[in-house]
Amino acid sequence: MFEALLRILALTRKELLATLKDPRSRVSLLLPPIIQCLIFGYAATYDLSDVPYAVLDQDRSPASHELLARLDGSGVFHRVANLDRAQDLPTYINQRRALLVIQVGQDFQRRLQLGQAAPLQVIADGRNSNTASVAASYIAAVVEAFNADWNLAHNQAGPSIRVVGRSWYNPNLETRWAMIPSLVGTLTMLQTLLLTAMSVAREREQGTFDQLLVTPFRPVEIMIGKTLPSMLIGEIQATNVLLVAQLWFRIPFAGSFVTLYAGLSLFLLAAVGIGLFLSAIAATMQQAMLFSFVVMMPCMLLSGLTTPISSMPKALQDATLANPLRYAIEIAQRVYLEGAGLGRLFPDLWPMAIIAVVTLSAAAWMFRHRLQ
Amino acid sequence: MTDSQPDAAVLGRQIRKTFHRDTGEIVHALDGVSLEARPGTITALVGPDGAGKTTLIRMAAGLMRADEGELRVLGIDVAAHPQRVQSRIGYMPQRFGLYEDLTTQENLDLYADLHGITAAQRQERYPRLMEMTALGPFVDRLAGRLSGGMKQKLGLACTLVRWPELLLLDEPTVGVDPLSRRELWEIIEQLVHGQGLTVLLSTSYLDEAQRCGNVIVLHQGKVLARGGPQEVSALAQGRAFLAEPGAGQKARGLQARLLDDPNVIDAVPQGGLVRLVKKNGAQDPRQAGEDALAGLILTPAEPIFEDGFMVLLRRAVGEQGIGGSMTLDRPVVADASEMVVTVRDLTRLFGSFAAVDHVSFDVHRGEIFGLLGPNGAGKTTTFRMLCGLLAATGGMLQVAGVDLRHARASARQRIGYVAQKFSLYGQLSVVENLDFFASAYGLRGGRKRRRIDWALEQFELGALRRLPSGQLPGGFKQRLAMAAALLHEPETLFLDEPTSGADPLARREFWRRITALAEQGVTVIITTHFMEEAEYCDHVAVMDAGRILAQGTPAEIRRRAQPQAGREPTMEDAFVAIVEQARGAASADVKAGGAA
Repeated sequence: MFEALLRILALTRKELLATLKDPRSRVSLLLPPIIQCLIFGYAATYDLSDVPYAVLDQDRSPASHELLARLDGSGVFHRVANLDRAQDLPTYINQRRALLVIQVGQDFQRRLQLGQAAPLQVIADGRNSNTASVAASYIAAVVEAFNADWNLAHNQAGPSIRVVGRSWYNPNLETRWAMIPSLVGTLTMLQTLLLTAMSVAREREQGTFDQLLVTPFRPVEIMIGKTLPSMLIGEIQATNVLLVAQLWFRIPFAGSFVTLYAGLSLFLLAAVGIGLFLSAIAATMQQAMLFSFVVMMPCMLLSGLTTPISSMPKALQDATLANPLRYAIEIAQRVYLEGAGLGRLFPDLWPMAIIAVVTLSAAAWMFRHRLQ
Repeated sequence: MTDSQPDAAVLGRQIRKTFHRDTGEIVHALDGVSLEARPGTITALVGPDGAGKTTLIRMAAGLMRADEGELRVLGIDVAAHPQRVQSRIGYMPQRFGLYEDLTTQENLDLYADLHGITAAQRQERYPRLMEMTALGPFVDRLAGRLSGGMKQKLGLACTLVRWPELLLLDEPTVGVDPLSRRELWEIIEQLVHGQGLTVLLSTSYLDEAQRCGNVIVLHQGKVLARGGPQEVSALAQGRAFLAEPGAGQKARGLQARLLDDPNVIDAVPQGGLVRLVKKNGAQDPRQAGEDALAGLILTPAEPIFEDGFMVLLRRAVGEQGIGGSMTLDRPVVADASEMVVTVRDLTRLFGSFAAVDHVSFDVHRGEIFGLLGPNGAGKTTTFRMLCGLLAATGGMLQVAGVDLRHARASARQRIGYVAQKFSLYGQLSVVENLDFFASAYGLRGGRKRRRIDWALEQFELGALRRLPSGQLPGGFKQRLAMAAALLHEPETLFLDEPTSGADPLARREFWRRITALAEQGVTVIITTHFMEEAEYCDHVAVMDAGRILAQGTPAEIRRRAQPQAGREPTMEDAFVAIVEQARGAASADVKAGGAA
């Protein structure tokens, strides 16, 4: 037993040395997650800013001015043109000069003063449905605030029910706050998977695997020796992402690091299990690389990272249950933003444990039987 | 000889080419090489690995430019007009680009298409090529299923489909079995003598040089000698002898002793005797005061090309002798009656193809056992089964009393295995590799340190201990692989094609180590496709197409050779006789191709 431990230790040391000795491979392992994290933080956001819009103000009243001033002052909208004629309106949308055109009717102020509903037409470029609907909802919010203030100022009866939304854990509903913590899992998974799948395939291709197999190493020991270094490197990458989240994006960390790393370790074990399984079925490094990407794409899409799982078809929702990334994202977000403890995360932890057990035993079985 | 003739097919002057390694090291691949190949002759570039042979051939083919110097091929400056040269020559690289999923005929058609050969020309040439290469019966076979020798012949046929004026062949016979090697040479000679073709080829088989009209001996980018092969052989004139080992002494033991003698340039076992080349053509071979030579009866021998080549090589590398003597910390206590390996009817099928076909042999403790055969004979497959890396389809095998595939992992502690290709971790340094394998075999603490020191010292790796093993020169890689396999002091050592691609000096050094190991009780099981290396073994088994065709002591095997006119039959003659006999006896389809 002690002998086996020493052997595993030697293999782990060898793996780390082989992976991290070369400065180029060190950089290529540690830098990409940081860069990707920065890119995601800035690029992958649904928060709008600087939305170009045009105005056709047919009322030109103090009330319409005030509403438009609020839009301009929101920091989200950016007025590109004041139109005079309704005929110009399609040009702005068609030529993508404006994402929105707001048309204020000529009796806007009069109707407001009479306490009547004053129509405000918002024409949005639906070719990008996501952006259009987000922009429209922003306008609705601005208009609602305008209404409330108008009623207050003119002593008119306000709407009887007013929805005051408050989002917990991310008060400003910034995409970045949700996105970056989920990257802790996403970015590390790709590299961990690749690293593991390639490390065995490389040994197979270079003939060193045979050399390992004629030593007293047992297949299980080789697997553990391959698992530990990949996990360790995964943890380092995750740490880098966490550092970027806190030091660069300044997203406050609400939970406990112990909890986060415990969840992360389980997730990495599952990812390494998949990687080892892929490497057991791949004959060459090229195949290992190909398999890793084939697996990675659906894992990303079915993780809830970019699209909510609840809006997927039932069959795909079921498929996400086998995806460790789904749980990792859930755990990372909840620990990071909500401060959830291990007890509350239990529903996300045990599926990853099952995935790890299944993939690792499948890989072990494959190893033994693929030795032809 | 250096006088240029205007009609030289290849004429090079003071060609230089340097490469920069990743480590910043500068390698002078060609260091002021001049050469000339006259039309209608075979010119051979001979030299160990890294001599610059391939660089020179690639340059002549217009695939690489010289840093300095001039190279004219067929009278054209090849650096300035590579295309014009390429349209008139045929070039066969070491690994010819055959499409393994196409048939023989389709490969030939493809190259004919690529070179724009008309249908009329094809009708005229195909039958000639088929007749020459004897590939006629195999036109519909996939190239991937051809044997190594047939692949090489097909490659040659594809090169010849355009009927070039000059043929450039880069190591055309590497890894080809002796039978196919002879056939290839017959084709080449027929092309030159019958059709007046000019051939420039490179080879590391020294016996092949003897068949060429003109030889250029290269070593580390420099020309050591040029001229007819007999001129090189003549360098050892009066210095080549045969010595008979004393009673109870093995030829390899005497050879090892002779190599230590400063007056001996070269010694190799040959036909139960030892062939040696002395430094000075001493008049009296029994001169007193020569340690190893004292008391030996030396019979003068006709020098061969290899003798002259070794004289040149030893002169080039300076005074340093041939290393390779080594001592084990603990000699293995040998009981020669004990059986280390027992194999009975061992069979391995890949699909319907029998890579190993009912193979049986025994290896006694403390002996050197050689599995001899061309590439694809099934040697490596047999080895992988012995080491537990591959399951047998049928039959029985035992190594040290157990089947390693099913035995406890600790049983592997008793064997060492050196794979065919360098298979240590290239990124890790020499010491890191040794450290890892020492730990893998359960060595630790002081014992581990002592064993690593032993390995560094015995294999002369100390100076390179920090170098990443992937950047070691070829011969050192092989030493490191062997050192790693010996760290745990195994009783049995498996070596798969350890000398393939090694130069003559490295091969002598290697065999000295093996001889020393065997003397100290280690059982050595080795595969090789160099037939003459069988002379080092106690027992050999000759394999071809998955079957053992003959086994016994080297002397017993040699006796099966056809008598040769004017010389003693060699191991290779014996191999050819044995294989021809077996193939003649079996159906024509005995040599179904495939890799081991």
